[in-house]
Amino acid sequence: MTDPRDVVMRLDRITKRFGALTANDAISLTLRRGEVVALLGENGAGKTTLMNILFGHYVADDGRVEVFGEPLPPGNPRAALAAGVGMVHQHFTLADNLTVLDNIRLGTESLFSRGASRATARARVEALSRDFGLAVHPDARVGSLTVGERQRVEILKALYRNARILILDEPTAVLTPQEAEALFATLRRAIAQGLSILFISHKLHEVMAIADRCVVLRHGKVVGEVATAETSGAELAAMMVGGEIALPEARPATAGKVLMRLDGVTTPDKGAAPGLKRVTLDLRAGEIVGLAGVSGNGQAALADLISGLILPGSGSVTMDGPLARWSPREAIRQGIARIPEDRHKTGTIADFTLTENAVLEGYWQTGFSKAGLMDWRAAESFAEGIIAAYDVRCPGPAARIRLLSGGNMQKLILGRVLEPGPKIILANQPVRGLDVGAIAYVQSRLIAARDGGAAVLLISEDLDEIMGLADVIHVMSEGRLSPGFARGSKTAAELGLWMAGQGFDHAA
Amino acid sequence: MRLDPIAAPPLSRQIGLPALALVATLLVAMALALIAGADPLATLGLIAKGAFGSKFAALETLNRATPLIFTGLAVAVAFRAKLWNIGAEAQLYAGAIVAVLLGTGALGAPLVLPVSALAAMLAGALVLLGPVVLKTRLGVDEVVTTLLLNFVMLLFVSYLLEGPMKDPMGMGWPKSPALIKEARLPRIVDGLRLHWGFALALIAAVVVWVIQSRTTLGFEMRAVGQNREAARFAGMPVNVVLVKTALLSGGLAALAGWSEVAGLKGHLSSDLSPGFGYTGIIVAMLALLHPLGVVLSALFVAAIFVGSDSMSRAAGVPTYIADMLLATALLFMVLALMLTRYRVVWK
Repeated sequence: MTDPRDVVMRLDRITKRFGALTANDAISLTLRRGEVVALLGENGAGKTTLMNILFGHYVADDGRVEVFGEPLPPGNPRAALAAGVGMVHQHFTLADNLTVLDNIRLGTESLFSRGASRATARARVEALSRDFGLAVHPDARVGSLTVGERQRVEILKALYRNARILILDEPTAVLTPQEAEALFATLRRAIAQGLSILFISHKLHEVMAIADRCVVLRHGKVVGEVATAETSGAELAAMMVGGEIALPEARPATAGKVLMRLDGVTTPDKGAAPGLKRVTLDLRAGEIVGLAGVSGNGQAALADLISGLILPGSGSVTMDGPLARWSPREAIRQGIARIPEDRHKTGTIADFTLTENAVLEGYWQTGFSKAGLMDWRAAESFAEGIIAAYDVRCPGPAARIRLLSGGNMQKLILGRVLEPGPKIILANQPVRGLDVGAIAYVQSRLIAARDGGAAVLLISEDLDEIMGLADVIHVMSEGRLSPGFARGSKTAAELGLWMAGQGFDHAA
Repeated sequence: MRLDPIAAPPLSRQIGLPALALVATLLVAMALALIAGADPLATLGLIAKGAFGSKFAALETLNRATPLIFTGLAVAVAFRAKLWNIGAEAQLYAGAIVAVLLGTGALGAPLVLPVSALAAMLAGALVLLGPVVLKTRLGVDEVVTTLLLNFVMLLFVSYLLEGPMKDPMGMGWPKSPALIKEARLPRIVDGLRLHWGFALALIAAVVVWVIQSRTTLGFEMRAVGQNREAARFAGMPVNVVLVKTALLSGGLAALAGWSEVAGLKGHLSSDLSPGFGYTGIIVAMLALLHPLGVVLSALFVAAIFVGSDSMSRAAGVPTYIADMLLATALLFMVLALMLTRYRVVWK
């Protein structure tokens, strides 16, 4: 390399094996001063493993990490911190009941220190938030902050500890487009001050916007390293999946009759999460309704309602007439396929086998059980059918599902809910955290189901996904639902205004 | 020191470590014997001999294992669904009370045995029903309620034995009248001191195993235990499953008391159970909550109790050694279980 700038971090042939699986296979990577390197790769490509080794959560079987020319002792998060490596995890590590200032100081100094050191700390935090454009009040309790603000606290925490290298794991997954822009502005300031950034993301356009170089991982190996200026999103995507991926070709929808109607439905708030506020919504056969909005604006309430977990407080839900009873089992009986937001916590049982997870919803139906006795042979052949038809990569139906990657887990859930031929499909964040290949697969299945006459409700915080897939787009803000917009009738910026709460009829 | 999770523990680890835990337990036993001033190896030998050394000893061990199998199953069933039933002791006494109520002349042969067994199960189930309804309706912690009910039930038994259920011919001793002959569980083989309660306990273990692995209810119980949120989302009636689990668990624990009265003692006294309900927790944990494992671990625990009694008479080592052995066995087993799933990295 001819680049004269200092190398601040060097990974040298990092190898990590879990049993038969080689998660990281001789990965080498360099990060220079003032540089943003994006780490791209499918789920299960080894990104998270590599980050965990870097930060000392795992110990590599082979290879070494050098930070500022010094080898980093393996398996010691404190050493990583001391060497100037700061990590912002996808799931924040903040104490909700402490203030911003205390969270930042937590772990670095005693919380019971005298006033003077507290004042010094406050001054430093204020200076840092000014310098890096990280506006957040030091005395606010973290529990009262928005997701975007919490992320700023995480970054401040790293900066406060004199991090010179920032590792960001999927930082934009939880942000609005506007918040993501603000984050990028902060990152640009950080680079200008000589920090270096390792950026993990699935979103190619973001990588193209912020990174100087991209390192692409596949099956635990580095398969490519390109300067962002010399590549394209399509080329990166191809590198990640190892071939050209076919984006789903959506035929225009031919909407049929209304399969489910919500009329003025209101549900109670659940803690900080708003319930539905007089929501009126039609789900029609052969149509994908996209629900856009920033996380925590009532999408959870709508998903819970359609899943059968909660009842409407007022207003009515009709499916071929008013609903007499409502529960998750009743929803399944009525032909609603439910793809839950959290496939680990809600969608599957980690220590159950693929077979058991495949019949988790349908075990009581004839075919899987008779007079209270399970027919495990039938359940297993059902699971085998899903594994084959939905391309679930796994050791077999008797394997525990916790061993599967997110994409393969999602394919199993997809098979579980789509095989019975549902009338309505509730897809809540169906591709979150999945790799490019799995995303295309899940989306094409949803489109195929729509073409087969199902009504699809797609809930996503990713506006691109909504705009690419939905025939009708609604926006949710604070539990209210916007009117439906036909595909292509609104730009992302216009929808962003609705997401921010503008345009709603306050009289309603 | 750090713990690295092991994705797929090899079989050698899964079998070797628990075996090592048993060896470690025996080493601790020998150390304890040494402290007590006895020959360690001889002490172990005496325990083994006391538990299995003669026909009488072996049958005594099987008799002692019988209530432990029932309470162990009761705990295993409940814990599998993450229902923390600490009240097997109370449910045991509920079964014992029913055995006396129906077994002292209220019913005659051939009805008395099957009816009183079923009624005992029902009584035990009802004792656990209260705490479970409080849990599902109001979120009251069942650990507290089931544990405290043990004391309530013991006091209730004392009241019965001093009052309405007191044996008028008992020379003032707080015990119930004796069961009629038709209400007694017969011996499996004439002349051998082992009653049908033991066979019933083995059958119960197999039935529980079939329920857990082959029925929709067992599937629901396991799912609710592993991940309540996912079970609820999948449409399982979580609260109904918990209630059914409680009924089964309470019923099993009640059979322990019922079979002790109907099979062994022939009457009810307030020292019927030397803590079988609590020891059932150890039995279930040692068995990793597996119903067939419960039979083995109940035999192990019973052997230690019976063997220690006899050893104590011969070697002069206090019988407390039995409690210490069980405690160390449990601790080592829990440790071994953790080590099958995690690798310790020293640095």
